[in-house]
Amino acid sequence: MSDKVLMKGNEALAEAAIRAGCRHFFGYPITPQTEVSAYMAKKMPKIGGVFLQAESEVAAINMVYGAGGAGARVMTSSSSPGISLKQEGISYIAGADVPCVIVNIVRGGPGLGGIQPAQSDYFQAVKGGGHGDYHLPVLAPSSIQEMVDLTSDAFDIADRYRTPVMIMGDGMLGQMMEPVEFKESQQVALPEKDWATTGTGMKRKKNIINSLFLTPNELEALVLERQKRYEQIAANETRYDMVDPEADIILVAYGTTSRIARTAIAMAKEQGLRVGLIRPITLWPFPFEAFEKSLADGKRKAFLSVEMSTGQMVEDVRLAVNGRADVHFFGRTGGMVPTPAEILEQIKLIAGGNK
Amino acid sequence: MEKVFERPHALSETVFHYCPGCTHGIVHRLVAEVIDELGIEGKTIGVAPVGCSVMAYNYFECDMQEAAHGRAPAVATGIKRVHPDKVVFTYQGDGDLAAIGTAETVHAAARGENITIIFINNAIYGMTGGQMAPTTLPGQVTQTSPYGRDPKTQGNPIRVSEMLATLDGAAYIERVSVDCVKNIRAAKAAIKKAFQTQIDGKGFSLVEVVSTCPTNWGMSPVEAMDWLRDNMLPHYKPGVYKDTTESGKEE
Repeated sequence: MSDKVLMKGNEALAEAAIRAGCRHFFGYPITPQTEVSAYMAKKMPKIGGVFLQAESEVAAINMVYGAGGAGARVMTSSSSPGISLKQEGISYIAGADVPCVIVNIVRGGPGLGGIQPAQSDYFQAVKGGGHGDYHLPVLAPSSIQEMVDLTSDAFDIADRYRTPVMIMGDGMLGQMMEPVEFKESQQVALPEKDWATTGTGMKRKKNIINSLFLTPNELEALVLERQKRYEQIAANETRYDMVDPEADIILVAYGTTSRIARTAIAMAKEQGLRVGLIRPITLWPFPFEAFEKSLADGKRKAFLSVEMSTGQMVEDVRLAVNGRADVHFFGRTGGMVPTPAEILEQIKLIAGGNK
Repeated sequence: MEKVFERPHALSETVFHYCPGCTHGIVHRLVAEVIDELGIEGKTIGVAPVGCSVMAYNYFECDMQEAAHGRAPAVATGIKRVHPDKVVFTYQGDGDLAAIGTAETVHAAARGENITIIFINNAIYGMTGGQMAPTTLPGQVTQTSPYGRDPKTQGNPIRVSEMLATLDGAAYIERVSVDCVKNIRAAKAAIKKAFQTQIDGKGFSLVEVVSTCPTNWGMSPVEAMDWLRDNMLPHYKPGVYKDTTESGKEE
């Protein structure tokens, strides 16, 4: 089991989903995540699972809603423009408390944008996307190994809290190859799906999966109950990684960008600059705790949010810092990937008091 | 004393919210009677649409899922692919099925998805107060075709049964009406056959029920039935449009 295999990110993610017990996948082709569908199409029929290529992203997410409501571990996968199409369904799924996993291998936007890596769907993923008061837990791996490990976590979080969960990678993670190890999955105790539409068997009262509640106080009570679950998710499922949180300059980066940031930090160290890193692994819930730890020493600090966008996560960094330190931003967008040298230049500007 | 008439078990005791004279009540009852007669309530999962029958999940006693507008066939596909041994049906109106959900409808039929659709065609959007539907007749006055539907600018109505019958995946397609006792009995037979088609694993089945909307047509229930016979049925002719079942081959 501990053998490492060299796999493309999209295919490793698909294999991880199958190993996590996903037997239903509904998708639609879009670059740069199509290999997820292709892998599922090849594997599912051989293991008694279902792969269905839907007529649209809209149909695919609604098939996910049906299958998840019927009690299955179910996943769909797409890239930015396709994820926009799925937003209606995601809102209904959140509103009906149906567990499922949605993968977004982000490409440049807006519109058709491009097919190169981007992180410009951060707002859409963590601030709602669809209509209404809801959140998606959003997991952001930075390596293919972590993408594999987080996939089974995503299904467990979905089932434990009855919520759709998003895995957000970028085109780089989807397309590159790395050695991965599929660890023996740990069986965790999860609540029974006694709410699912499995047929009453004339043995129980009917189950209704629904997001329509016309009485305002009833709807408010349901939305507030869901907020309580979100608080539990924030308390139990927030994930992040930190390097040298006592440093005076702290980079904040996730996914592919965090790996480039690490290279920039090493380059800075060679030049005598001490730079730390906060890497959110859950984008929602955002790891506010990491910032508290970094700010606990009371020293004057600067945070630099590095993103493949024009500045989206930096808003959460500002919320986390809440005026207690300087917050800077550096990003490339449209499919351009920041280089370590570009980030180092920003670090030097901040260190020299010129930014 | 022998009981000769009662509420079907598959129909809940919840009071319908439908307007006086609306034919949804008749069709709900027919679906519930068929579920009872086939003995499938415990293995049936229904999908409610958006439209007047949005709260159908309160009226049937089987497990139910509420779909987004037009997405019921996709939701039913997801359920059926998880539980191929269960009976899955959707109940949809004309706006839901033939406008916003056209793609989901056509592709569920094309895939031969083994589900049953009960399609209520009353040529109008009822829930939102009487706007033009994809099945509104040429010349028909609605809130959004106040001068009568002009095909030159507002397009032509869609004959759903004829269109879906061209698809190889469709196993059984019939159009019925519920304007009189004779036709109600025929409608029930069609609904039963549609469910049986699914139980036998034959593929996609759909029954289009030509219906009235007295409230939004601005007519009394009796006038609405007359209007249906005079205007709807000539345009939407009842009949079997596709039947690949054994009994269909014999006919």
